[in-house]
Amino acid sequence: MEPVTSAVVTVTVNGETYEREVEARRLLVHLIRDDLDLTGTHVGCDTGSCGACSVIVDGELVKSCMLLAVQADGATIETVEGLAQDGELTPLQQAFSDNHALQCGYCTPGMLMSATYLLRNNPEPTDAEIRKGIQGNICRCTGYVNIVKAIDAAARGEVSA
Amino acid sequence: MTTIAPEGVEAPQKGFVGQSVPRKEDKRLVQGQGVFFDDVKRHGMGYVHFVRSPYAHARIRSIDVSAALALEGVYGTLTGDEVAIQTDPFFEMSTPPGNEIKDYALAVGKARFMGEPVAAVCAATRELARDAAELIEVDYEPLPVLVDPERAQDPDAPILHEDAGSNVVWSGLFDWGDYDAALAEADRVVRIERLHFHRFSSTPLECSGALVEYERATGQWTLYCNHQMPGVGAIWMAPSLRTGIDKLRFVTHDIGGGFGNKITLHPYFVALCLLARKLNRPVHWTEWRTEQHMANTHGNERVFLDVEVPVKADGTMLGFRVKAIDDAGAYPRYEPLGCIIWSQVTPGCYRWRNIRVDFTQVCTNKSPTAPNRGYSRMQHLWFTERVIDIVGQQLGIDPVEIRKRNYIRSEEMPYETPNGCIYDSGDYARALDIALDLIGYDSIDERRRDAEARGRLLGVGIGSTLDSGTNNFGQSQLLNPDLQFSGNNEVATVRLDTFGEIVVTLGTVPQGQSHETVASQLVAELLGVTPDDVHVRPGHDSFFNSHAGFSGTYASQFAVTGLEAVKGATLALADQIKRLAGVILGGVDAEDIELVDGFARIKGNPDAALPFMACGAIINANNAGLPPELDDVTLNCRYVYRPPFQVPDKERKFGNLTLTYATQIHACVVEVDPETGVYEIVDYAAVDDCGKRIHPQIVEGQVHGATAHAIGAATHEQFPYDEDGNLLTANFYDYHVPHAMDMPPLRTGHLESPSPMNSLGTKGMGEGGGAGVHAFCAAIQDALRPLGAPIVDDSCNPYHRVWETIRDPERSRSLVRVETR
Repeated sequence: MEPVTSAVVTVTVNGETYEREVEARRLLVHLIRDDLDLTGTHVGCDTGSCGACSVIVDGELVKSCMLLAVQADGATIETVEGLAQDGELTPLQQAFSDNHALQCGYCTPGMLMSATYLLRNNPEPTDAEIRKGIQGNICRCTGYVNIVKAIDAAARGEVSA
Repeated sequence: MTTIAPEGVEAPQKGFVGQSVPRKEDKRLVQGQGVFFDDVKRHGMGYVHFVRSPYAHARIRSIDVSAALALEGVYGTLTGDEVAIQTDPFFEMSTPPGNEIKDYALAVGKARFMGEPVAAVCAATRELARDAAELIEVDYEPLPVLVDPERAQDPDAPILHEDAGSNVVWSGLFDWGDYDAALAEADRVVRIERLHFHRFSSTPLECSGALVEYERATGQWTLYCNHQMPGVGAIWMAPSLRTGIDKLRFVTHDIGGGFGNKITLHPYFVALCLLARKLNRPVHWTEWRTEQHMANTHGNERVFLDVEVPVKADGTMLGFRVKAIDDAGAYPRYEPLGCIIWSQVTPGCYRWRNIRVDFTQVCTNKSPTAPNRGYSRMQHLWFTERVIDIVGQQLGIDPVEIRKRNYIRSEEMPYETPNGCIYDSGDYARALDIALDLIGYDSIDERRRDAEARGRLLGVGIGSTLDSGTNNFGQSQLLNPDLQFSGNNEVATVRLDTFGEIVVTLGTVPQGQSHETVASQLVAELLGVTPDDVHVRPGHDSFFNSHAGFSGTYASQFAVTGLEAVKGATLALADQIKRLAGVILGGVDAEDIELVDGFARIKGNPDAALPFMACGAIINANNAGLPPELDDVTLNCRYVYRPPFQVPDKERKFGNLTLTYATQIHACVVEVDPETGVYEIVDYAAVDDCGKRIHPQIVEGQVHGATAHAIGAATHEQFPYDEDGNLLTANFYDYHVPHAMDMPPLRTGHLESPSPMNSLGTKGMGEGGGAGVHAFCAAIQDALRPLGAPIVDDSCNPYHRVWETIRDPERSRSLVRVETR
């Protein structure tokens, strides 16, 4: 008997349900980017080190390069595209812009998902807790100074209209 | 004139220039709507994977692609043999024998570094392409390996490029002032046997790549890519592909960081062009992280030997002599430009007039080098700062005192260096005072005692850096008089379209530097509108017709070249709008028209006004009956900015090599555990002076980022190779970049010393972070002084190296000798 090398997976991403046949070895990040065309989620390494691919899967923060697509079968997934509603930025997104917490913007989607997860579970984090909350995300542009400032501002509700 | 403002306090200004307006780029990027090259897809495209050499040096006996081609879903392959037939070697910039080196898109005959691409395969999916790559059989004959640049000229050293017959890429003597007289005049001579600047890379988070399409009808390739210097990329690629520059259309949109590492992508892109043509389908290649570390590019490694510093009894340094060996890796792709770029900052921040540098660049079996944030100047400035701190320590002169005694003074600006460069403006001593203030230097002795009480050693270090910006490419002729490059240029177009849209295109290729925002500020101010009214097209497209030979974002120049081009085009447009409005409003002279709030109106008569929309509509869609004096009015203005450069004197290696010099003075406070060598940066200040700041928040962001790169490089980031030429840090597991918890608290300050060299008073900036490497090394040396006064002789000091320095202070101390006369 031939081994099974592909499977049909069903995922709900940002409220929309998708069904796709994927190779068993396909990474979740490639399902999201290549099959669902949600290209806001990025790839920055091949060792699970950089966090550019961070998404929220069933309420947990996950590096989507460290999960096979088939492992996400049935899951509810949130990506950066699901944050703003009708073009209305979330306070965190607005705070990132207010505080110049992004330069090239490549790490930003993953950083925003980690920060979203952090503030959901700890709405009033200290500086050290913010840094710990994003320590799985590499940014090579900002030195994290303004990212930490932005997350703090969002937690305090100090964002521009 | 120099002004100082504390952090976070901005003087209110009229207009938009100088204001931290909201960034135009952010809205798409925070919503995941940025367009990075890997996001671009085409019907039927194939994914490319490169087969790479596992050996640092090996002859390629044969390559068998048959098993890969037999795999279902594989579209085709490319090997070095095909490349050698279908392309010419890339243009080499060096003189003989360095210019005899043959560099192709894939290894031809030999692989010369671990990770060098020897074949490529294209298949229906990323995964399949990797499978197929594993099926390509390459028969290698391993050869002796050269990893140590200091051994490259040994008689028994393996030769990388037989055509050149030598591992030397370039060598030359730089001799300015009268070094021998300075040596004779010295009261003391400090000699340092060896200093080493290590290999690392700023490793942009987005890896390199492209989607390449070939159009048979026209023979044209379109490259959706993240090349950060397409003008020069095309100069490399077109002759190799035996085609014209016009056949290479580069398109970039958002780029996930560059830092110089996306300048020498031409070998990969030529391979992709060949595959797209051969397979008649779009081909897509995204570099994997491990590939970027192994085989993209690294910053230059440099060894400084036989350093000699003549000093007067009062600590005045008269100059220096050094023998530098620069390691270019396996192929001198952007090199040997690094052999001259350092001389933009020959005396560093100091009044040293007598300098002799014997500079040699060699090949080794390591990844090729290329510009990396602070390219070639960082290495040299680290050297000058090490000299200052080592000499200071030997002579018992305080690091602040010895700097102030030797810094070039603000009243000497503009200052001509011994090799003819013009430092345009700056106040280094004042910037140092601000940095010291920010770290609380006044109470440092107390903090030293406090640290000691806790069993820690406290050290303070200063790093002084110049960020030379806007290259004069004529400096290339100091390396090779036959090269036909000089000056610099940048292009912008500004257009008023049919419904009054103001549309700007830039030749620059930003990778996070906020060019859309900054350009819109200047255009808005000059046209009397708001930045929201100005549409700046993201990225670069050769079809925009807004580029020239040196277009790109590199070498700290946008604030000068990019903005001068924007300004020139905007002023031309403003003039056309005024002339048009003058005619329409009844024959009013253009000088009597003003542009306010989106209207061209008669001065003193605001009711007589023509909206921009009407101007755009008249020229573009309703132009019958316009008088002949408006024949040249197109409302579509292109401007090419050329900085005022001359070709330098080739004999003396003398002339102005860069237009502006931004200053960065950093101060770093560390605490070291003497038992383990583990340290912590407990205080850090970065003071920046880049002349007129168009957008202070963006400038500060660049300072933060550059500082983080420096701290990463100084503490952990390194690309070491074992004796067989295996890279030991090929991914982010082993190559540790700073994470949020690694970054110390940063304080920033600034001065504004406007540049007299351009109309905006701006200076390129963003590459001054090297100051952090210098400051950290100095701080460690200062902290370890009570433990036998070792010196820091390497630019990278992870915990274990600090521990080794503590354990054996004599090793590094013995590198330094002082002769008293």
